[in-house]
Amino acid sequence: MQSVHIVSAYDEELKYLSKRIAAMGGHAERMVEQAITALVNADPGLAQKVIRDDVVLDEGQREIDDKAIVIIAKRQPMATDLREIVGAIRISADIERVGDLGKNVAKRVVAVTDGRQPTSLFRGLEALADLALTQLKEVLDVYASRSVENIGFVRDRDDQIDAMYTSLFRELLTYMMEDPRNITPCTHLLFCAKNIERIGDHATNIAETIYYIVTGDQMAAERPKGDKTDKIVLPSAVPAK
Amino acid sequence: MADIGAERQTMAQAVTARLWNGRWLLAAGFVAVLAVYGFAGMSAYVVLAALALLLAAALLPSGSARHSAEDAAAIEASGLQRLSGEYLAAAVADPLIIFDRTATIVHANAAAFAAFGGIAPGMTLSLKFRAPEMQALLDGVLSGTVASDVVDYTEKLPVERAYRVSASSVGHATDLYVLVFKDQSEARRIDRMRADFIANASHELRTPLASISGFIETLRGPARGDPAARDQFLQIMQNQTGRMARLIDDLLSLSRLEMKPYLKPGTEVDLRQTIDSVIDSLGPLTRETGVVIERDFVEGPLDVPGDRDELFQVFENLLENACKYGQSGGRVTVSIARTETGPEAGIDVTIRDYGPGIPEEHIPRITERFYRVDVENSRTQKGTGLGLSIVKHILTRHNARLSIKSEVGKGAAFSVHLPAR
Ligand SMILES: Nc1ncnc2c1ncn2[C@@H]1O[C@H](COP(=O)(O)OP(=O)(O)O)[C@@H](O)[C@H]1O
Ligand SMILES: [Mg+2]
Repeated sequence: MQSVHIVSAYDEELKYLSKRIAAMGGHAERMVEQAITALVNADPGLAQKVIRDDVVLDEGQREIDDKAIVIIAKRQPMATDLREIVGAIRISADIERVGDLGKNVAKRVVAVTDGRQPTSLFRGLEALADLALTQLKEVLDVYASRSVENIGFVRDRDDQIDAMYTSLFRELLTYMMEDPRNITPCTHLLFCAKNIERIGDHATNIAETIYYIVTGDQMAAERPKGDKTDKIVLPSAVPAK
Repeated sequence: MADIGAERQTMAQAVTARLWNGRWLLAAGFVAVLAVYGFAGMSAYVVLAALALLLAAALLPSGSARHSAEDAAAIEASGLQRLSGEYLAAAVADPLIIFDRTATIVHANAAAFAAFGGIAPGMTLSLKFRAPEMQALLDGVLSGTVASDVVDYTEKLPVERAYRVSASSVGHATDLYVLVFKDQSEARRIDRMRADFIANASHELRTPLASISGFIETLRGPARGDPAARDQFLQIMQNQTGRMARLIDDLLSLSRLEMKPYLKPGTEVDLRQTIDSVIDSLGPLTRETGVVIERDFVEGPLDVPGDRDELFQVFENLLENACKYGQSGGRVTVSIARTETGPEAGIDVTIRDYGPGIPEEHIPRITERFYRVDVENSRTQKGTGLGLSIVKHILTRHNARLSIKSEVGKGAAFSVHLPAR
């Protein structure tokens, strides 16, 4: 069963890069998840943890940059490998940004939860975060499986995230107009929603990078947004058999 | 038929084998019987009976029992050693993944494929299981700092699942490791459901309860002895209890779905028959609302993998909404189309109404629990605000997709795409 392939030191180095990317990705996913939980449950302790955790990603990105540069200098990689390495640099930068955005949400926890907001507002924010996190998870799963054939889901979900964000934005605005006392907490919530929406954008960037790594081509440009329709793309619970 | 034939053949082989095993004994017996016959002049009947007895004795398995037990033991010992790890892994009901020193997946059993999408032999395990605790688990076992370890691991998306994961090395110096996932989701979900129930349901149940208790007060006080008011109030109270009952029903369906997030595999659903019976069951509603349901189904078989009761619920909810909220359009069309090949192969069912439609900003939100475009309208239509979240849950389990299109003033279209395989 065990295939006897010779693993060269070079292969090991490349593999190390992708393992580090995955570990960073897992860390960022967890940070965002916890930032949202802290927000919804008004949990400043958890928010503090998220803020502290951010250094791990800064560190990770620095390490990947250093390693990648050493590999390029030492091995003079060609086509595929070069794409892999440059891709790793790009992806780790996106993941680091995702962490920053998660941290920013966590920083707003205290301000938002000062006055108790209606649960429906949080429900919308949670739904938006679920979408963005699903996007991130599935994109990082593609990084693991390299199956870029059906990466089209990324565009659909990106549209969906935008639509959800717009809807939340309106809801928050009406809420602010109803009662001026809501303005401060709702402004923070607006920024949280914006941050989550941008996490979705970074996930899309990562998808584009993966597509480039695997195929050497750019991912098809955005579809024309002619028709005013919305699509609910459900996450796939049961993988295709 | 073939089975029975084969069985007969093996029986015949067994009989011959026994006769062969006992051949010396048998031969000796025959000789003895014949000798006695010759000396003592016994009757031929006795001799024949004796011969038959001998033959029967030879045929009884006891003669070679000792022998075959030894054989079996030998076979078992060598068989266990030769038994492929794949068979063993397949026999384990929990997701199980075997990997090597570089964290590359060597083998995953069927349960693992079912539970975690997109894994394949040759893939690096730590790229798929990125959660910090899983990374630590893999690092620990692979670096040899611990021989085996256990962590609790939860996946939040797409459905929440909690596992107790154990990792350990396999055998001596095989350079192989194994990861076994014990599903703990049920216990977790019960906890979360309780919290959810308190957060959502209690609020929704309080409104009808408050109204009922208000009317009871009125009936006891100011409206005492006013039969007309009493009848009217009792009617309202009955409507309110009906609403609470519907709410509880919906909450129970939703929690049942959350309890078992995977579909049991292998069952097929005939969509034509299912949707026909949904339409039949909505007879009373269509008469009441005056809506006509039109069908536009493609020819040929319309089978998809799935659970019939659940898909019934999906189309019942969608059609009910179309009849209720799209009542002013007077008709609802149900169309079924099929895509034969490609990544989009499957069946699309579209339910279109010609009512007021849904404003764009609400579309992304209407599958959320208790989200209603117009709360009053939903109440008067006996809605609970849970219908579409049930739909979304069921479709997620079916790996299906829901698209909603609507133009205000022209109606709404809900399309369900069910993958063929
Ligand atoms: N066909 C439709 N046309 C217009 N609005 C709809 C339609 N289907 C659903 N809706 C809106 O979506 C909301 C949520 O639907 P649903 O989850 O089934 O809850 P319920 O019907 O119990 O209120 C409804 O309250 C209604 O406002
Ligand atoms: Mg409904």
